[in-house]
Amino acid sequence: MTYILKPKLHHPSLPKNDLGLTRRDYEGRVSTLCAGCGHDSISAAIIQSAWELGIQPHRLAKMSGIGCSSKTPDYFMGQSHGFNSVHGRMPSVLTGANLANRELIYLGVSGDGDSASIGLGQFAHSIRRGVNMSYIVENNGVYGLTKGQFSATSDKGSKSKKGVENTENGIDLVALALQLGATYVGRSFSGDKEQLVPLIKGAMSHHGPAFIDVISPCVAFNNHAGSTKSFDYVREHNEAVNRLDVILGRAPITADYRPGEVREVTQHDGSTLRLRKLHDDYDATNKIGAANYLQERHAQGEIVTGLLYVDPEATDLHDRLDTTKRPLNQLSTAELTPGAAALAKINAALR
Amino acid sequence: MGSGVQATDINRPDYFHKVVDCQWACPAHTPVPEYIRLIADQRYTDAYMVNWKSNVFPGILGRTCDRPCEPACRRGRVEEEPVAICRLKRVAADNKSDITALLPGIAPPNGKKIACVGAGPASLTVARDLAPLGYEVHVYDGDKRAGGMIRSQIPRFRLPEEVIDEEVGYIAALGPEMRLSKRVDSLKQLLTEGYDAIFVGTGAPRGRDLDLPGRQEAAASIHIGIDWLSNVSFEHTTKIGKRVIVLGGGNTAMDCCRTARRLGGEEVKVVVRSGFEEMKASPWEKEDAMHEDIPILNYLVPKSFVHDNGKLTGMTFEKVKAEKDANGRRNLVPTGEPDQLIECDDVLVAVGQENSFPWIERDIGMEFDKWGMPVVGQETMQSTIPNVFFGGDAAFGPKNIIWAVAHGHSAAVSIDMFLSGEDISVRPAPGVTVISQKMGIHEWSYDNDIANDTRYKVPHRDKAVSLKDVKAEVELGFDQLVGFKEAQRCLNCDVQTVFTPKVCIECDACVDICPMDCITFTEDGEESELRTRLQAPALNLGQELYVADGLPTGRVMVKDEDVCLHCGLCAERCPTGAWDMQKYLIDITQAGPKCRTR
Repeated sequence: MTYILKPKLHHPSLPKNDLGLTRRDYEGRVSTLCAGCGHDSISAAIIQSAWELGIQPHRLAKMSGIGCSSKTPDYFMGQSHGFNSVHGRMPSVLTGANLANRELIYLGVSGDGDSASIGLGQFAHSIRRGVNMSYIVENNGVYGLTKGQFSATSDKGSKSKKGVENTENGIDLVALALQLGATYVGRSFSGDKEQLVPLIKGAMSHHGPAFIDVISPCVAFNNHAGSTKSFDYVREHNEAVNRLDVILGRAPITADYRPGEVREVTQHDGSTLRLRKLHDDYDATNKIGAANYLQERHAQGEIVTGLLYVDPEATDLHDRLDTTKRPLNQLSTAELTPGAAALAKINAALR
Repeated sequence: MGSGVQATDINRPDYFHKVVDCQWACPAHTPVPEYIRLIADQRYTDAYMVNWKSNVFPGILGRTCDRPCEPACRRGRVEEEPVAICRLKRVAADNKSDITALLPGIAPPNGKKIACVGAGPASLTVARDLAPLGYEVHVYDGDKRAGGMIRSQIPRFRLPEEVIDEEVGYIAALGPEMRLSKRVDSLKQLLTEGYDAIFVGTGAPRGRDLDLPGRQEAAASIHIGIDWLSNVSFEHTTKIGKRVIVLGGGNTAMDCCRTARRLGGEEVKVVVRSGFEEMKASPWEKEDAMHEDIPILNYLVPKSFVHDNGKLTGMTFEKVKAEKDANGRRNLVPTGEPDQLIECDDVLVAVGQENSFPWIERDIGMEFDKWGMPVVGQETMQSTIPNVFFGGDAAFGPKNIIWAVAHGHSAAVSIDMFLSGEDISVRPAPGVTVISQKMGIHEWSYDNDIANDTRYKVPHRDKAVSLKDVKAEVELGFDQLVGFKEAQRCLNCDVQTVFTPKVCIECDACVDICPMDCITFTEDGEESELRTRLQAPALNLGQELYVADGLPTGRVMVKDEDVCLHCGLCAERCPTGAWDMQKYLIDITQAGPKCRTR
């Protein structure tokens, strides 16, 4: 474990965002994970995304459960809110926090054990309910903290570090999230920040349940020949369907694209997702098409990455429940205790 | 690699030497980070000896060096100010213990005789390098004590006499014969005295004069700067008038004005022709002068000495301004305002120094250029008479002590090679010692934690006290604690980031942890284009890119050396050991067996 602090000095030309903050201001503590862990790259991508979006650190809440992945919120955005919950229970805590204060940006960070094993039910229901959040699974296909057993997302036929073959079927969290109604679904790879950073930015600016499955090689227990979650394997089998740019406000298109090459999706909040197609027949707004494509490619052993599905008209739990527009902590006593007359009216309606 | 950048050859000794900006900038290439670490470790004697071997006069240079290392220091690019390298050198000198046992042993006589003309820093360096090898070295000087300009021109309040005596003494103890109070008047004669080689280190002994109206009449109150300083040094001059004008903007002018303040000058003014910014004096010397209530008046061109029947009363100056002409050249043009009269009792003329070789006959076969300078090889220091070598200010005009030392080392190498029958144009490569600093997974044998402290100021003696005594040293030097803290600011730039592409798995851990955004994995390209698309743009073209190919994805690793903190976090976070921190100790080869091939 690195025990010196990361030096405060930074590159003299380090740019500042609209808030006057540098990327370094979005960092957390130095990681205690194994050197080379894919999760650290995901933390770096989250830092980059939040900086580029100009998020005020105190307007973001990072929630996690238990596991290597769930330790990472300590390693980014040290000035944000955070909650390290019980194993697999991050989605419920996040849902509760979101209901109490809808104005914060919610970032759920979880792993394959936390979300596909002990917390599978929690994962499913938070997506199904449509909680407005960015749910990132740092998926290494292995139980790293307990020294390398297969996890629920390990592919059937993949091999452990000692050469034992996995005989059980793996859970595809992307397929589940699509089926359960996530309105923004992506998959990426910790070793490809060019793809990952825009995906996280898109998720953070998306209004609705956004889910990103990030394959994140475990250098200690799952980066060997025979693994399907190693750096080499993912690089060889990575099939990116598109490249995403997230455009805030009305920035004009500066690059030249061939006709049909770019598809723009405008979201509720006015942000634009600009998708550069890498596969002509892939339409990221077609949920059934996306699900089919994923199945086909999976059968061929390919890992489909990119923004796989987005619903520009997405709604969230608050919209559906018609809750108060303001966070609970901003409501006055008068609003919270409307008095005997209001109670009588409610009672009368129930008779 | 096609059209891309060539992968960096880190086996070239110069590659990592350049990364150690201070050492690269130092004419003598003193391994600065090495001795700074020793100071931090309170190993002052060892730190002193690292210096002594390389620059011969650590105590003297620790007070008076022009410090080309400091503007080069990487620390100055990552925060406000460079490490106070020069003053740390003094910490080593002030706190060392007796070093006599550590001085080199003296080899039996090899039967060869060397004459060094002048006993300044260049000649003394030659003597120090050659005497222990068994050469019989004779050092000649017209003055009765050795040291040259170190002793005659640098005021005592900057450099106490004891420091000079001590460091000149170490050289004298190595056995050269000091033939003092013996001025060499004829090189022709000296060439007949059986010397195998002659080294000329006679400096630039002539101060430039100003031939203006009134110069002759008021001569009694007009003094040439370096001669006057020398008279003060040898205590022939002990006072000066109350109102003094110092002409010139170099370090000699700064020494003159500050000395004048101590000899009775109450209103001392420095007057320069050009702008304050254009002055040749080091910024810190200007600061020190102004701190002693000496105004620096600029854009005034001296026009005449005003006198009353031979008694100097003042000087007139033409007011000028700087203008750029059609070719963009900067010229000083009169403003048209009336001339300015500045009253004074004495004038010190410090407008430059010149070489002077009246003692070298022009019919002995030595070639001189059109400026009257001997033709001398840049690296070999050899003149057109093969066994006569030059160094210091005598070689290429006025520079400074550390250049004189560097010339002395080069000349000593040349002499040693020449007298061993070697080809002196083939210069010996430096010795390079590479030591991995890795001790454990996250343990290094250097202190990789970066201190956030800003540069410490050297305490000064109280002004009221120091202005009364020309011998009272103004700077008091760092004490051990502040010396330690300042030493901790050093970034250990000699501990290099060495990359082994074949074990890299491209996990990005180094990219993510690097506090300075130095490292990028990207597609190969031309260097100029590559520089624009790195993690942070590499705009400092004086600093090289470290490019490595042979990665699994076919990309290249590019590290911009410019602002690397050498904190080793890339190596700490590397899962495969593709990054290692290795100390490259670069040791410039000096005269002796290492510079010879047989």
